[in-house]
Amino acid sequence: MSDVSINSPEFTGQGFEGEAQFGDFFALLKPRVMTLVVFTAAVGLLAAPVPVHPFVAFCAILFIAVGGGASGALNMWWDADIDAVMKRTARRPIPAGKVTGDEALAFGLTLSAFSVVFLGLASNWFAAGLLAFTIFFYVVIYTMWLKRWTPQNIVIGGAAGAFPPMIGWAVATGGISVESVLMFCLTFMWTPPHFWALALFIRKDYDHAGVPMLTVTHGRRSARNHILVYTLLLAVLAIATAFTSVGGPVYLVVALVLNALFVKGAYDIWRRDEDVSETDNFSVEKKFFKLSLLYLFAHFGAILIEAVLTRMGMGGWT
Amino acid sequence: MSLNPLHEIHTRRFSRNLGLGLTLGAFIAIIFGLTIVKVSRGDYEPPRAPTATEATQ
Repeated sequence: MSDVSINSPEFTGQGFEGEAQFGDFFALLKPRVMTLVVFTAAVGLLAAPVPVHPFVAFCAILFIAVGGGASGALNMWWDADIDAVMKRTARRPIPAGKVTGDEALAFGLTLSAFSVVFLGLASNWFAAGLLAFTIFFYVVIYTMWLKRWTPQNIVIGGAAGAFPPMIGWAVATGGISVESVLMFCLTFMWTPPHFWALALFIRKDYDHAGVPMLTVTHGRRSARNHILVYTLLLAVLAIATAFTSVGGPVYLVVALVLNALFVKGAYDIWRRDEDVSETDNFSVEKKFFKLSLLYLFAHFGAILIEAVLTRMGMGGWT
Repeated sequence: MSLNPLHEIHTRRFSRNLGLGLTLGAFIAIIFGLTIVKVSRGDYEPPRAPTATEATQ
């Protein structure tokens, strides 16, 4: 049998070199962001007071992850032009020429619909609606509207990344509560200092792409001030969460230690000026960015530990 | 231009086909598992008709 398609003119030149592999489609789902989505959604689900069958819980988290990945693919489809000019994103599948924009759009839309429908079937339609809203918020509100329009893009857009624990909670309970809103707020308030620290040390990228990051529109001094203010607000919120039903002594210890370190890091960033930062190649800003990753995982990890201890009759303040 | 059976395009397509095949296989397993869980815990049982005693009360 002859392989006619392979011998057709489109594949006799450069055509097949851009033919995507499975890994290229997987890369469209932003696997690293998906790790955060999976972890926080799982914590939201397990911290909820209503038990969920382990297999249903596994499927629900998988569908939430697919929904998060689908919104990542749609984000890459829309932002392909600015991804191509930023060093950090130039090797993504679309600017690298591995996947076409149309393929990414079809892939993202299909997986969005798939994830919402199957989350609804596996758990409940409230959780599915929340997932649909999250995808809409990330793709339309953040990517298409805010990202290129306002320096507050990260602040409002951060809500999209903050929804997964609420969706996990909704899978178990079928609704929203103070605790799930607090978990949402934790990620929501964490996002601005995390991204502004990144924007401080990858300076040229956002300039070149014309994305109105705070560092570009209001200056780097303003970004340093904003990091400190948001970190202080975050610390109050994170420590207050310890005294709700998802918190407890373990969470309180983790929150006190990490918030002390985080506030110290933000204060160090605030004290520095550009000349000092240039001299040591933004070491303090980079350290703060790395700490921010640990910060979020540790807080949700502590909520998870409290949930496990509660199941064993040892968690919380009682 | 002739392509030998192990040309790069075959490798790329094999990767995509294998990935898609495994994904579909996993999807079938998940739907099967979900069905078993939901049926065994009674999610799809029709509402019980009232018994004669309940109906007269």
